[in-house]
Amino acid sequence: MVYDNPDGVRIGLEVHVQLNKLNTKLFCGCSTEYHDDEPNTHVCPVCLGLPGSLPVINEKAVEFAMKIGLALNCEIVGQTQFHRKNYYYPDLPKGFQTTQYDYPIASRGKVVIEGEDGERVIGVTRAHMEEDPGKLQHIGSIEKSKGTFINYNRSGMTLIEIVSDPDMRSPKEARRYLDKLRSILDYLDVFNGDLEGAMRVDANVSVFGGDRVEVKNISSFKGAERALLYEIMRQKNHIRRGGKIVLETRHFDEARGVTISMRTKEEEHDYRYFPEPDLVPMRVADKVPDILKTLPELPDAKRERFNIQYGIADMHARALTIQIKVANFYEEVAAEVDPKDAAVWVADILKGELNYRDTDVDAFKVSDIIEIISLVKQEKITEQSGVQIIRTILDEGGKPQDIVVSQGLLKVEDDIVAKAVEEAITESPEAVTDYLAGKEKSLNFIVGKVMQKTKGRADAREAREKVLARINK
Amino acid sequence: MTAWTDISGIKQRIAASSAEEVTASYLETIEKSRINGFTTVWDKALEVARGIDKDGNSGLLAGVPIAIKENISTTGLSTTCSSKILQGYVPPYDAHVIEKLKAAGAVILGKTNMDEFAMGTSTESSCYGPTLNPWDTGRVPGGSSGGSAAVVAAGEVPLSLGSDTGGSVRCPAAFCGVVGLKPTYGAVSRYGLISYANSLEQIGPMATTVTDIAILMDVIGGYDHRDSTSINRKNTYSDALKDDVKSLKIGVPEEYLGEGIDEAVEKAVWDAIGKYEDMGASWKKVSMPHTKYALASYYIIAMSEASSNLARFDGTRYGLRVEGDNWHIMASKTRAQGFGEEVKRRILLGTYALSAGYHDKYYLKALKVRTLVKQDFDRALSDVDVLMAPTMPTPAFKIGEKIDDPLSLYLTDVNTVPINLAGVPSISVPCGFADGMPVGLQIIGKPFDENTILRAAYSFEQNTDHHTKRPAEVA
Amino acid sequence: MITKEKVEHIGWLARIEIDEKEADTYAEKLNSVLDYFGQLDEVDTDGVEPTYHVMDVVNVFRKDEVRKSLPQEEVLANTEHRQEGNFKAPRIM
Repeated sequence: MVYDNPDGVRIGLEVHVQLNKLNTKLFCGCSTEYHDDEPNTHVCPVCLGLPGSLPVINEKAVEFAMKIGLALNCEIVGQTQFHRKNYYYPDLPKGFQTTQYDYPIASRGKVVIEGEDGERVIGVTRAHMEEDPGKLQHIGSIEKSKGTFINYNRSGMTLIEIVSDPDMRSPKEARRYLDKLRSILDYLDVFNGDLEGAMRVDANVSVFGGDRVEVKNISSFKGAERALLYEIMRQKNHIRRGGKIVLETRHFDEARGVTISMRTKEEEHDYRYFPEPDLVPMRVADKVPDILKTLPELPDAKRERFNIQYGIADMHARALTIQIKVANFYEEVAAEVDPKDAAVWVADILKGELNYRDTDVDAFKVSDIIEIISLVKQEKITEQSGVQIIRTILDEGGKPQDIVVSQGLLKVEDDIVAKAVEEAITESPEAVTDYLAGKEKSLNFIVGKVMQKTKGRADAREAREKVLARINK
Repeated sequence: MTAWTDISGIKQRIAASSAEEVTASYLETIEKSRINGFTTVWDKALEVARGIDKDGNSGLLAGVPIAIKENISTTGLSTTCSSKILQGYVPPYDAHVIEKLKAAGAVILGKTNMDEFAMGTSTESSCYGPTLNPWDTGRVPGGSSGGSAAVVAAGEVPLSLGSDTGGSVRCPAAFCGVVGLKPTYGAVSRYGLISYANSLEQIGPMATTVTDIAILMDVIGGYDHRDSTSINRKNTYSDALKDDVKSLKIGVPEEYLGEGIDEAVEKAVWDAIGKYEDMGASWKKVSMPHTKYALASYYIIAMSEASSNLARFDGTRYGLRVEGDNWHIMASKTRAQGFGEEVKRRILLGTYALSAGYHDKYYLKALKVRTLVKQDFDRALSDVDVLMAPTMPTPAFKIGEKIDDPLSLYLTDVNTVPINLAGVPSISVPCGFADGMPVGLQIIGKPFDENTILRAAYSFEQNTDHHTKRPAEVA
Repeated sequence: MITKEKVEHIGWLARIEIDEKEADTYAEKLNSVLDYFGQLDEVDTDGVEPTYHVMDVVNVFRKDEVRKSLPQEEVLANTEHRQEGNFKAPRIM
């Protein structure tokens, strides 16, 4: 089925990724680990823009940027440099942002996503490096604020701005693109996506081939989807009422779920870009082969390999390869037990329990899940008991073997189940009669009795079969 | 007592008394000053001198007093660029050159006056009022490092640091009859120098003798990893101090003489070149055809860079704040009231030159012309060892004479700005008088060939007595 | 020719408040300088590359090694406009 994009929606995203896994900022030696610290304690003359201070480029930041560019299938430019983007805002301590302009470090790449109608290639226009501004806190709302607090701890952090082509046709595709981007970045080990402000999104949206509107201040992926849904609806309604969409910047109000026009005098920009005289150009293209060698197997390649090597369902391969640590976890498990069982247990069961508890795979030991899968496989415990052990470990801790004992989870012998079935049928003549009269549900009552008598250690499916066999005899 | 003393003289005085006594005598001289050269005297100077007496310091400048231009950052010592907008700003860090000076045992006496943000040729645009020329207090000391030149000429300090974006060390050195060097771009770290036009400027030393300039360069020169435009090249500048110009080939660019050059200035320069000939050097005329366009190219580039460099002065983190209804209005009011007229004009022109629709016509064009100017230097200097020319077209002019006409002030930089466009080194040494005021001879060298121009300057000094002349009040 | 309106626009871009009377004076002085700059039009620069840096240096980097930041007290020492470790500014809009 082909998605016909009835509203002619075109979405392009600008994603700012903060490379918080670097030790230091882009142009100075201040530590990047400011997230839990007091305001203005991770600043120096350079990132505070004190008069006379000069920037020096963090070599590792450039390597990270190249890694990202290459992972997004971009070309790395032969010579690149930093420019000054001149505008006034209190979070910019120098009155300009040091960024890249006509020669971004990486350009013309692509990302493959699961689109509305199957695989879809989203173009990456460019990926460039720039410095993060400081953080503003408005006293009250931005429109009616009494003042602004400024904390420059974030100032000078390395950002990679990844600009996509306007190739997405729905908020869902935009969300998929963001998820994919995050997955790739996660593999590259260049950032911790859980930290505040690690990924920030601006969106460009147009409908029916009209002018594009830029939506800023989107702070989460869920927020991006909501902002886009609202903005598309707003544009459609506006056009339906005879209005015309004009080029503008709107601010997403997360709390109210609406976009607000930001059209003010401050928005009349003329950035007066020119090359940063305090920095010299970078010629780094000859590093590409070395950086390529450091690139890990990326999500798409890994997923394909999982399909082939482990013979698992594509749905499982996809789920297992979103986060690299889950993929690594799975591979360790798959080395010890049947890879298909491993896929079900890791992708369906364990991930579900982890998500429910808002934690990740770090919270669980590979050896524990291997043990649980093996116990089920050997039919020593039931699948239900396996799940129960996972929950217990996550909630209370402990080892699978000990939990089996303490909770009495060893699967009971066949003759005990047979005895319980016998007793349950004898004690429930009405249920048997009802069942034979066509009331299917009565069977559940009898199976429930069996489970009660075996204290849950019988396999429910087996018990059901045994009850049925006995009644139908 | 007010006197000119060089580094070796100071060291003898320290040996005979103490660094503390020497510092105290200079501080006394400064207190009686009539020229408004110092903006701030450092209250820790005596303490530093005492520390050197007590703990010793084998540095090149142990106990030697020095003055620092208002645009070079000094920890705990106000650094304002002589601007109202930076009133009260005290840097929490030292410029690279200050670290070097401190390590070498120099005693910083204080900060010196300048044209606001180094934008001027007369030191009249300072928020602290003009500095007066010690040779004639009715005249300007030159600029923008007018304070640094004047205090050396007045015997208030033996050494000083200035900065040179388009002649700001050489012009006041010429007007005040002292020696001043603009090093090759990249030879001295700019870390801590408050930028006016980053791609053009260097910190430069000022002193009464070429020897002292070389020693000071040995202290402040060299690579600094904090300045990405600093060049990693080792050099001992004092090795250049040899009285020998026998095989020196001098080029005299014809565009730097003639029209617009004061006759007496031109005569002093030709006399100097004649002297070099007597000393065994040879000279010939060379042509640098793009000189005419250097001034416009220079000003466009300098103003463009300045418009961005000075954007940080917005009243938010330091310096003046004039309240307003919102941040943008606050910033606009602060900048309107905090910057002087010339600074505002240059910011506006620079903003214009970079703005949409004008970027190529002005900024980009100026950078292309810069290439042509630089090629003139490459060509001329491939044939000769040094170039010689008047530093300034006229002797020091009267206070108030040009301040209301920006363009006439810009035109006085005609012989100094091409050097900054090309990034080459240049020194100004006293070579006589015009109208009773000192005249500077400018000796220009190849990139990183400071030693040749220092040797030429030193030889001139050894064979002439211009540098022994001093203002009436100075012994 | 730079007009009075253009002066006001440039003043806003540069965040320098200029009142109407000043705009006239600025326009006059800026135009005399711009006229002078106009002489560059005479220079043939076809095929000439711009010189951004006089030294042909590339790839100046530093290692990703942490250096000490400034103490908060020193960061805020140059302003009265501070609160709870933050700089304090008027509202944005």
